[in-house]
Amino acid sequence: MIEAPTAAGTQSAAPPVWNAADVRRDFPILHHVDRPVAYLDNAATSQKPDAVIAATTRYYKSANANIHRGVYRLSVEATDAFEAARTKVAAFIGAPDRDELIFTGGCTESINLVAMTWGLENLRKGERIILTQMEHHSNIVPWQLLAQRTGAVIEVVPISAAGELDIGAYQQLLTQKAALVAVTHISNVLGTINPIAVMSKMAHEHGAKILVDGAQSVPHMPVDVKQLGCDFFAFAGHKMCGPTGIGGLWAPRGILEAMPPYQGGGDMISTVEFAGSTWNKIPHKFEAGTPNIAGAIGLGAAVDYLSHLDMRQVAHIEAQLLAYAEKQLQTIPGLRFVGAAADKASVISFTLDGIHPHDIGTILDQEHVAIRTGHHCCQPLMDFYHIPATARASLAFYNTPADIDALVNGLRRVIEVFA
Amino acid sequence: MSDLRDLYQQTIIDHTRRPRNFRPMPDADHHARGHNPLCGDRLELYLKLSGDRITEATFTGAGCAISTASASMMTEAVKGRTIAEAQLLFEKFRILLTTPIHENVSLDGLDKLEVFGGVREYPVRVKCATLAWHTLEAALKRDDHEAKTE
Ligand SMILES: Cc1ncc(COP(=O)(O)O)c(C=O)c1O
Repeated sequence: MIEAPTAAGTQSAAPPVWNAADVRRDFPILHHVDRPVAYLDNAATSQKPDAVIAATTRYYKSANANIHRGVYRLSVEATDAFEAARTKVAAFIGAPDRDELIFTGGCTESINLVAMTWGLENLRKGERIILTQMEHHSNIVPWQLLAQRTGAVIEVVPISAAGELDIGAYQQLLTQKAALVAVTHISNVLGTINPIAVMSKMAHEHGAKILVDGAQSVPHMPVDVKQLGCDFFAFAGHKMCGPTGIGGLWAPRGILEAMPPYQGGGDMISTVEFAGSTWNKIPHKFEAGTPNIAGAIGLGAAVDYLSHLDMRQVAHIEAQLLAYAEKQLQTIPGLRFVGAAADKASVISFTLDGIHPHDIGTILDQEHVAIRTGHHCCQPLMDFYHIPATARASLAFYNTPADIDALVNGLRRVIEVFA
Repeated sequence: MSDLRDLYQQTIIDHTRRPRNFRPMPDADHHARGHNPLCGDRLELYLKLSGDRITEATFTGAGCAISTASASMMTEAVKGRTIAEAQLLFEKFRILLTTPIHENVSLDGLDKLEVFGGVREYPVRVKCATLAWHTLEAALKRDDHEAKTE
C-alpha cells in the first residue's frame, strides 16, 4: 500500500504523493493474468483492488449471517459491518446524515427507485421531466416509463457540438411546468462535467427537483452532495472499485421520509398486519429483503481505498493522463474526437475516418488493448452526432502512459489493416 | 490466437472499401431493413425476382467492415439463385461461422463466402456477418418489419 496523502482538507490538489505504478500493485488483474491487457474501459466498470476482494471474501469466510434479524453474535457482526459500510459510503459523497444513503443494486436501480416512488407520487399530467441530450439510457427509460404512467412530458436540454449543455435552453425549459430535472454529472461518452451546482440552484428557483446521475463522477472526482445542491444522487459501486450489484441513492431525509416505499418485503416494514402495514424508518424503508451484504461491505472497502488515495489526487492523476492521451491520439491520421468540453473527465470518445468502431475494437483486442465500442447506452447522443457508434477509451488512476502508448500503437495497426 | 488477417482477409477489406451492388433500387419487388442494435449497424436490402429466382440484389446502409463486406458479397452470391437455393446458402454460411473447423461438415458451394470463416474465432462478430442474411430472409418473407440480430 502507498502512503496516505497529507494535505487533507485543502481545496487545491496537493502534488501527487503516489503514481499509477505504485497503485497497480493493489490490483491483481493488472499483473496476475498471463498477458495483462491495457484496460481502458473504466467507464464501463473499474478493476477491483485486493482490499475490496479481501473484504468480500472475509465477510463470506468469517462473518456471513443475515442482517438486522439475528440475536446471535455473527448476525450482529454482519449487521455492524453492513451499517459501517453505509456510514463510509455516505461520508464519501458528503451526505450530511448516514441514514440518507440507501443501498440499491446499482445506479440504474437507484434511478428507477426515484421514478417509481417519488415520481409516481408527485408527477402530474402535463408536468415536465427535463433530461439532456447526453443521458445514459438508464437516465432516460425510467422517466419514459414514468411519463407513460403519469402523463408527464419529457423535455431535452440540447448540447453544443463540443458536448456542453445549453444552459440558456435549460433556463427556458425550467419556466414551463418543470417538475424534475434528471442530468448526468459526467457524460460516459463525452467526459463532459456538467455544472450541477448551478443547475440545481436554477431548478430550485423554478420549484423543480433535480436528480443527478453520478455513475461517472463518484469514481473520478471528489463529490459532495451538499455542494451539488441536488435532491437525488445515484451512483454505482462497480465503477468505483467496488463489487457489482451494489450502488447507492442519496436524498435528504425530508424527501425520503415523504416518499412511499419502493419494494415491499422483509426489513422495510415496522409492523405487518393483514389490515395494513407500517413502514420502517429510513433508510430501511427502501431496502426490502436481504440486501447485497457482501457488496455493501466491499463498497465500504472501496471507499476506504479511494479515500486513502484521496479523490483530489485521483482527479489530478487522471487529468495528467488525459492530457497525455489527447496529445498522443492527435498524431493518428483521421482520428476525430467526439466531445471537447472545457471541463472534461478522462473519457475519450473518437472515430477513425472510414473505419467502423467495432473493427477498431476487434483489432485493438488482438493488440491486448481493451476499449469500448458502440453506442455506450447513449443512442440519442449518437443520433445528435449522426454516428452509429464511437470508440471510447476511459482512463482510471491506475492506467499508465504505457497503456496509452499501447492504444496509440494499436490504432496504427488498425489503420495498417485497412490500408 | 488466430491471426487478424484470418478475420480481415483482403477480399473482405476490398468489399468494405468498394461495396458491390451498393445502391437503392426504387422498383424493387422485395425490400427489408436490417438493424443490429448492439452496434447500430443498419442496412436496407432490395430484391428483384422473376418467379422464385432472385435476379437483382442491392443494398444501402452503414456498418462495420464485416457487415458491409458480408452484405456486398451476399448480393453477388444470391443473384441468379432461387429462393430455396439462397436459403440453403444462408444455412451453410451460418454453419461456417459457428461450427468448429474440425467438425467435418460439407460447405460445398459457399465459394467466395468462405473468406468469412475467420469470424468463427470472434463470436461477438458473428451477428455482423449474418445481418445481411437475416435481412434477406425478412425481405423474402415480404416482411416489412425490421430484421434484428438481437
Ligand atoms: C452515466 C451512467 N449512468 C448510469 C449507468 C448505469 O449504471 P449501472 O449499469 O451500474 O446501473 C452508467 C453505466 O453504465 C453510466 O455510465
